[in-house]
Amino acid sequence: MSIDGIVFFISTFVAVFGAIMMIAQRNPVASVLYFILSLVAQSVLYIQLGALFVSAILIIVYSGAILVLFLFVIMLLNLRGTEDLGAASPTISNITKYILAVGLTLEFVFVIRASIFSYPVATGVVGNTTGDFGTAEQVATLLFTRYLYPFELTSILLLTAIVGAVIIARKEPGNEGTAAPESGMIKETKSEMTVDEVTSEP
Amino acid sequence: MINITAYLLVGVVLFGIGVIGVMISRNIIVLLMSVELMLNAANVVIIAFSRTLNLMDGHAFVFLVLTVAAAEAAVGLAMVITIYNNRRTINIDRYSLLKW
Repeated sequence: MSIDGIVFFISTFVAVFGAIMMIAQRNPVASVLYFILSLVAQSVLYIQLGALFVSAILIIVYSGAILVLFLFVIMLLNLRGTEDLGAASPTISNITKYILAVGLTLEFVFVIRASIFSYPVATGVVGNTTGDFGTAEQVATLLFTRYLYPFELTSILLLTAIVGAVIIARKEPGNEGTAAPESGMIKETKSEMTVDEVTSEP
Repeated sequence: MINITAYLLVGVVLFGIGVIGVMISRNIIVLLMSVELMLNAANVVIIAFSRTLNLMDGHAFVFLVLTVAAAEAAVGLAMVITIYNNRRTINIDRYSLLKW
């Protein structure tokens, strides 16, 4: 077996293992960490496919920002292990869920095995990729020429998400009079402002 | 040289694990992460086809998908915080206020 095949099978195994352990864990923090393991293995697959910039983005943005946001929320909710999950859902509904999910997956597998896609993919470890395929320069050229409008729309999407997240996570001001909101983001910005004022005083 | 069917199978298996996680998990945070896993499975397939066809448009698509995933995580976690402040639980079986 070539070195490509070995790298592919190891990273696939780690990705699937991390994903399975993610949904099997009862502790949310361990679940997040297994998801990060799965993401690292998937970024190895990306590197093998020549997507160097996207694999770096996957590590930096996904593991570094989004999953840390998950960890931050777990810390904010002060969850301790498994205590918050009550009784299991009824058995009939559980069996139905498993049957539906496994059936959907098997259906996908059968469709793919019966499909016409059987081209070989040119894979390779890093030094082996052809030319400048997948570098940051190429991706940026594409994003700023052909996909300029979708790229600009994502900035509006992110702005909407920021505003929406702040408004949703804030407590209603009318409910508790003039008390300071207890949500994490609002309190943080306020405390930062006070720290700045204190430090700039002398 | 690995056949593209192998990459499609990896994407499908990861997507299926994500579907199973959405269906069986009772922890709202694990459920949100399963949705993220499904988006990532789609990304693997997009990258594999992008390499097969030797076109880089798929990388731009993956970039946009990552942005949507980040926005979805931010809004979803804000909703989790709000619901947790009201119901004091993260068990989605208890989030039954709109159930008929």
